[in-house]
Amino acid sequence: MKYYDKVIFELSRPGRKGYSLPADNFGVDGINEIPSDLLRQEPLDLPEVSEADVVRHYTNLSQKNFGVDTGFYPLGSCTMKYNPKINEEIAAHPAFTALHPSQSEESVQGALELYYNLQRALSSLAGLKEFTLNPYAGAHGELTGLMVMKHYHQSRGDMKRTKVIVPDSAHGTNPASAMVAGFEVVEVKSKPNGSIDVEDLKPLLDDTVAGIMMTNPNTLGMFETEIMEIAKLVHEAGGLLYYDGANLNPLLGKVRPGDMGFDIMHINLHKTFSTPHGGGGPGSGPVGVAEHLTEYLPNPRVVKGEDGKFHITTGDKSLGSVSSFLGNFGVMMKAYAYILTLGKEGIRNVGPLATLNANYIKESLKDDYLLPIEGVCKHEFVFDGLKDKSTGVTTLNVAKRLLDYGFHAPTIYFPLLFHESMMIEPTETESRETLDEFIEVLHKVAKEARETPEDVKNAPLTTPVRKLDETGAAKNPILNYKQLKNAQ
Amino acid sequence: MSTVKENLRYSDSHEWVKVDGDIATIGISDYAQHALGDIVYVDMPEVGDEVTAGEDFGAVESVKAASDLISPVSGEVVEINEALEDEPELVNKDAFENWIIKVRLSDPGEVDALLDAAAYAKLCEE
Repeated sequence: MKYYDKVIFELSRPGRKGYSLPADNFGVDGINEIPSDLLRQEPLDLPEVSEADVVRHYTNLSQKNFGVDTGFYPLGSCTMKYNPKINEEIAAHPAFTALHPSQSEESVQGALELYYNLQRALSSLAGLKEFTLNPYAGAHGELTGLMVMKHYHQSRGDMKRTKVIVPDSAHGTNPASAMVAGFEVVEVKSKPNGSIDVEDLKPLLDDTVAGIMMTNPNTLGMFETEIMEIAKLVHEAGGLLYYDGANLNPLLGKVRPGDMGFDIMHINLHKTFSTPHGGGGPGSGPVGVAEHLTEYLPNPRVVKGEDGKFHITTGDKSLGSVSSFLGNFGVMMKAYAYILTLGKEGIRNVGPLATLNANYIKESLKDDYLLPIEGVCKHEFVFDGLKDKSTGVTTLNVAKRLLDYGFHAPTIYFPLLFHESMMIEPTETESRETLDEFIEVLHKVAKEARETPEDVKNAPLTTPVRKLDETGAAKNPILNYKQLKNAQ
Repeated sequence: MSTVKENLRYSDSHEWVKVDGDIATIGISDYAQHALGDIVYVDMPEVGDEVTAGEDFGAVESVKAASDLISPVSGEVVEINEALEDEPELVNKDAFENWIIKVRLSDPGEVDALLDAAAYAKLCEE
């Protein structure tokens, strides 16, 4: 691939342009109507380029990228499933894209119906009474859910509950969200298999605990078999259970967080419900709650009236607003399209296929990679690096070498329970052929580690950008063009 | 792979302590710097701050992860290793030479509860 790293301003040539403005239909010189003290004094610094310049520039940049449309993306804890194109088609429909959030209720009944129906669909999949779709992403959902937890306790006059229990294997966002929500974070230990240690949990449960944040399956991809016992203990102590929806994929339509005793949860539409993920997103982090918490959900809410019409309402006991208007509506359209495309039966096939794919990879590779936890996993699992540690080839090296073979790397060095964690989540959308190819490549990398370890340590050798100086990047970040030019 | 230095005391969270009179010098072990990988930032307290045994007094950030520094002893910070502000990678070069903070002990008895080199070496093997 041709190396390309220009910024569009470098292509700029004075006077070159790629647009033609439409004829003036108004006969008014708009600029003259604006008071001179409000006008810019200098021309805006825009690149002057032709249409071909623009198209080639961004096409070249996009080819440096790797995404689910390019290849297999087994990034653990992220559920990088394929994003069906029908989602995009629905979301791009002018009947939706031309809407303005300040339009009157009567004129956006269809959009509100979609919003309402998605709330209902998520409620039924989660086993929770009500959902809000307002939060913009997963961590925002966590914060919103914890604010619900706080409002619940405080509205009962129970001001002592200032602690939130988080397992030591939790996703980093959990303790971070609890801190941002104003709670003190208390860590509960996990057992060697990654499940919560119930004996370690018991002494932590007192009347200062607001709740516990968990995922199930846990961070190591193992189902928490003692969840009912944990739920009972936390509820008896007066606390609430928060479910981090990051690991919902294997349970979809099979097991419901509400039935396991969870009171609050968030769902990442950009993981479980096939909407784009990461920098491109945007995300959406709907929050669901059990019946006794519905009144605290953020404003505004979308409800269905007795007249069959949809209304935007606000509640007095609500924790307030967490978003402008109703959140990332475009993402909701895609998630709703996904749910309707799969249907009730299709949704039930997601978890088993994701689980089968993960176990297939795990069992096929445990001869070369160290599997710290034996047994059937759910949608993802963790290797503790290569089995043979004598070559000095690390998980980072293996991850970089995978890029040479056209695969995205798994999540590495998370969870922190192992030194060389490599967290693999294939998702349900991958074929047997793709999985076999991935397994073959990882076997090949293990062989290279034994025979030609330097090749693996210097990887990647074929990507547009080679091995990065991670320490240098962390210590002396170059964040803009000017810094780059000064550094050269 | 990693070394454990004799005549130091260790915590199970991988800090080492060297006691000289009522002053304790604290750093992270060679095992810890190995596990962390390239260290890019050391977050230290200020001179005069109080540290408490078992509680965090700062953090070490590496390309892999950010980890809390847990104080093995209690007392007042009397000196910090300012060289680490510009060159945190010194900890990777020699974790025992490049200490992080010095503390005036408020309870010298706390040191006795820490691991000796042999016990710590055993912990690292597990």
